Amino acid sequence: MVTPHAAWQPVLELTGIGKQFGAIRALHGVDMRIFPGEVVGLMGDNGAGKSTLVKVIAGNFPPNHGEIRFEGKAVHFTRPIDARAVGIEVVYQDLALADNLTAAANVFLGRELKRKFGPFALLDHKTMELRSETRPHDLVKQMSGGQRQAVAIARTRLSNAKLVMMDEPTAAISVRQVEQVLSLIRRLKEQGVAVMLISHRMPDVFAVCDRVVVMRRGEKRADKGIGDTSPEEVTSLITGAKEAA
Amino acid sequence: MATPIESPITFTNVGKARWWQSGIFASQTGYVLLALVALFVVMHFASPYFFTEGNMQNVAKNFSFIAIATLGVTFVIITGGIDLSVGSMMCFSAMITSMLMTDVSTPGVPGASWFVHLAADGKTVVANVPGLILAVSVLAGLGVALIVGLVNGFCIAVLGLSPFVTTLGMLSIVRGLGYVVSNGRGSFPSGPDADYFYALTSGDLFGMPAPFIYLLVLAVAMAVVLHHTAFGRHVFALGGNEKAAAVTGISVVRVKIEVYVICALAAGLQGIIISGWLGSAPANMATSYELNIIAAAVIGGANLAGGGGGPLGAIVGCVLLEVIRNGLVLAQVSSYWQQTLVGVIIILAVLVDRIRSRMA
Repeated sequence: MVTPHAAWQPVLELTGIGKQFGAIRALHGVDMRIFPGEVVGLMGDNGAGKSTLVKVIAGNFPPNHGEIRFEGKAVHFTRPIDARAVGIEVVYQDLALADNLTAAANVFLGRELKRKFGPFALLDHKTMELRSETRPHDLVKQMSGGQRQAVAIARTRLSNAKLVMMDEPTAAISVRQVEQVLSLIRRLKEQGVAVMLISHRMPDVFAVCDRVVVMRRGEKRADKGIGDTSPEEVTSLITGAKEAA
Repeated sequence: MATPIESPITFTNVGKARWWQSGIFASQTGYVLLALVALFVVMHFASPYFFTEGNMQNVAKNFSFIAIATLGVTFVIITGGIDLSVGSMMCFSAMITSMLMTDVSTPGVPGASWFVHLAADGKTVVANVPGLILAVSVLAGLGVALIVGLVNGFCIAVLGLSPFVTTLGMLSIVRGLGYVVSNGRGSFPSGPDADYFYALTSGDLFGMPAPFIYLLVLAVAMAVVLHHTAFGRHVFALGGNEKAAAVTGISVVRVKIEVYVICALAAGLQGIIISGWLGSAPANMATSYELNIIAAAVIGGANLAGGGGGPLGAIVGCVLLEVIRNGLVLAQVSSYWQQTLVGVIIILAVLVDRIRSRMA
């Protein structure tokens, strides 16, 4: 089950992506393809280039080299909002939630539903609460880590996201909540959404991912189906004990 | 099109907040409102004059004189900013309005012929269009406020200067400009439209002081904007987590500029109203009012760290300050105690809120 839909068009295709920050080569020659309904684990040690790669895909900054194709079309993002417009959503590690607002308000933040009252557009509270898939009235500051994660993920499900990238979604939450987040990922997969899971937690990656991509020193060192590798191999790829696979 | 929902995410180990644990009952505004009611009761027994119609009107009028500016500064405080220039802004707008009103009503001054002409007796000044002078001068006063608000917002949102420093500078700049344009002298709203001006600023509407009516209208408008528009939600989001607001696509720069403009406009309007009540716009008008205004907002529950506040809190804070002042006068306590007491109340209000959120 390496690429279960090899005949399909990939949702995201990276070719030779490179990114420099001054003298630092953060990314070099990264090729990657992700298909609809596929969950790809992106692993690597700190500084391996995972975050830079995610930020390039999410439109935080453009790559210096290479090409990004989204659903077959070459795209050039200059701002995160450009990436969101085509259907790329990011669940940030710090979740990017406003603590003082309710779950529903956070889910719809920046794309509030409105109803027209003459010349005025007022918020459509009822519909937003119904569609937010969370405890809509609860303030985010009163929520546990897992609930906050759920709010952040619910946010991506509202838009017509085709690719959801999650940065360490299971790092700061309890064991039981990890299971809930993983089932959310599976649900996204069932709906044909491609998911890129950036994680340090080997068990989570092996539990939900179809494929694992290992980064080291800004380069892609491995891209294997989950059945063709093992946590031990991935660990040695991350640490550099094994150069590539 | 959203993806269909099969089963919402639920967490069974988390209970629902009780009604008294959420909303106004659990907010600093709620506690301060309670304290205010208690204060009213105490005052009623302490002084037979407190609940007389005259005194109540007096209280309503006096607190309205800072409350509109407090509504404005509350917007800024919710985003996590601060505006120290409101006192100077009040003075400058009032001054521009009253100077313009006087100038264009003086035959012989360039441009005055557009607005006024002399009556047949050669002495009486008559307005060409009644009310036009008033409208133009009030708009000019608000216009300078708009410019100051834009400059504040630009420096803070675009140049990234700290709100404290920017508006501290603006406090001095605007006060200085007030002295420059007036040469340090006060100006008096006069001319054929002055009667309208006084009627609208210090007169009564439906048996209530006019400023009080304006305050109520603006407070209701503010409540609607804050809680029922996307702009209001973005104001809260900015105060809660500015980075989150930015990544969700909110135009942080625009919202920030808008709140500083709203704040300056509210201060300008407030200044113009005060000048009508005083009958003049002295160059030292509203000096250090910014401290009372910010104090009122904070007492009413606006969170200086950002993310919390509202019109009810702003008004409750202003009423509390005014009732204390009024009460001390009625109780024949030296008015010098007022400032001390205000300081104590600021700290108490924030302290009670802190204790409550620790316990929750």
